Amino acid sequence: MYSNKYIYIYSSVMVIIVAAVLSSAASLLKPVQEKNIRTEKMTDILHSVHLDADRSTAEDLYNKYIIREEAINAGGEVVCRFAGGQQELGNVRPFEINLKEEQHKQQMLLDGKEAEAPVFPLFICEKDGKEYFIIPLLGKGLWGPVWGHIALESDLRTVYGVVFGHKGETPGLGAEISTLPFQEQFDGKTLFDEAGHFTSIRVVKGGVQTLPPDQQNHGVDAISGGTITSNGVNDMIRDCLENYLEYIKKHLAS
Amino acid sequence: MSVEKQPKEALFAPKNMKLIFNPLNKENPITVQVLGICSALAVTVKLEPAVVMSISVLAVLAFANVIISLLRNTIAPRIRIIVQLVVIASLVILVDQILKAFAYEVSKQLSVFVGLIITNCILMGRLEAFAMGNKPWPSLLDGIGNALGYAWILIVVAFFRELFGSGTIWGFPVLEYTGLYHIGYKNNGLMILPPMALIIVGIIIWIQRYRNRELIENK
Repeated sequence: MYSNKYIYIYSSVMVIIVAAVLSSAASLLKPVQEKNIRTEKMTDILHSVHLDADRSTAEDLYNKYIIREEAINAGGEVVCRFAGGQQELGNVRPFEINLKEEQHKQQMLLDGKEAEAPVFPLFICEKDGKEYFIIPLLGKGLWGPVWGHIALESDLRTVYGVVFGHKGETPGLGAEISTLPFQEQFDGKTLFDEAGHFTSIRVVKGGVQTLPPDQQNHGVDAISGGTITSNGVNDMIRDCLENYLEYIKKHLAS
Repeated sequence: MSVEKQPKEALFAPKNMKLIFNPLNKENPITVQVLGICSALAVTVKLEPAVVMSISVLAVLAFANVIISLLRNTIAPRIRIIVQLVVIASLVILVDQILKAFAYEVSKQLSVFVGLIITNCILMGRLEAFAMGNKPWPSLLDGIGNALGYAWILIVVAFFRELFGSGTIWGFPVLEYTGLYHIGYKNNGLMILPPMALIIVGIIIWIQRYRNRELIENK
C-alpha cells in the first residue's frame, strides 16, 4: 500500500522532471523552429509573385527580389520603411510585424477600447523590371487560422498571384486552399470594378459561371465540402485589403 | 516479488515475436479491439499524413510502453492513470516540437492531429493492459506491434480514400493518367468524408473475419 506522502512526493518529482525535460526541449529547439517560420514566410512571399523558392534559397532570393518593406497606418501613410538592409523610416522592420497583434489592436479600437494605432506591412518586389505589391493576409478558417499573401501588379488592382496556408483545415476539403489549382484561379482577377469601387475577390460556391458576367472577374470557384473555409478566405481577403485602400488611392494619385 | 529465478529468455523468442505479430492480425487494435477509431477517421483522407501519423504513434507508443514498464513497480495504483497520461502527453509534445524543428512541412500537414495522439485510446489501452505488468523488452515489442497494427489499417484506409476521393496516390494524380475522367468518371466526394473511413474499416473487419473464423464471436 502506498502512503499519501509517497504519492505526493512521487507526483511532485514526476511533474518537475517532465517540466524540466519539456522546457529544455522547447528552448533548445526554438531557434530552429523560428528559423523555419521565418523561411516559410519568405517562401510564401516569394511564391505569391511566382518565384520558385525553397527552404535553402528563400533567404537569398528574398533579399534579391524584395526591394522594399513598408508599413502603413490607417490613413494610408507609410510609417516604417526598410530597404536595402537598412531601416529608413520608423523603428520596426515591417517583416517583423505580427499581423495578428495588429488586427487585435484594430479590433480593440473598433470596440471603443484603448489601443495603439495598428500598422500593416507591405512588401514591394521588383521582378523583370516590374514592381509588385505583396499584402499579407490573416483570417479564420473552420478549425483555426488561415493566412496568405496576395501580390498585386503595379496598377494595384490586378492580382498577380496568391498563396494560402492554414493551420488545420480538413485534409481533402478546406485544406485544398493551399494547393496550386485553387490558388492559380486568382491570377488576373481584379479588386476594383469599372467604377473604381473596391470589390473583393470572392470564393463562389457553385462556381464562377453562376455569377453575372460583370462579376466574374471578382470570383473564383469554391472547394466542394469546404464552405466554412471558403467563407473564411472571403472574409480574410476583404478585411485585410480594406486596410490598404487609402494607401492604394494615394499611391495611384501620386 | 517472486524469488524464483526465471530462465532467461532469448530476445526474439517465439513468445516475444507474438507480441509483434499478433496485433497485426488477431489482436489488431483497430479491427479487433476497436481502439483508436477516431484518429483512423481523421487522418486517412490522404496517404502522407496517415503515414507520418503512424510513425509518430509508433514512436510515442514504443517509448511510453518502455517508460511505464520501467516505472511499473513504483507507480501507486491510485494515480496510475495520471502517471500514464503525463508520460504520453510529454512524449507527444516532444514529438510535436521535434517535427516542428526538423520536419516543418510534415508538421504543418499533421497540425492538430499530432496533439490528438494523446487521446488515442490505443496508447492508454496498451499502457494499462500491458506495460503496467510486463518487463521493458516485451513492452517495447508490444508497443511496436500495436503501433504497426494501427499503422497498416490506417495506410490501407488512406490508400483507398485518397485514390477514390481525390484520384491521387501520395499526391500523384494517377487517375488522370489512366484517362478515366474523359469517359465520365468523377471523384467520389463521399470518400473524403469521415463516414467512409468507418465503412472501409468495416469492410476490412469483414474480410478479416471471413478469413479468420476464430474472431467470430459465439452467441
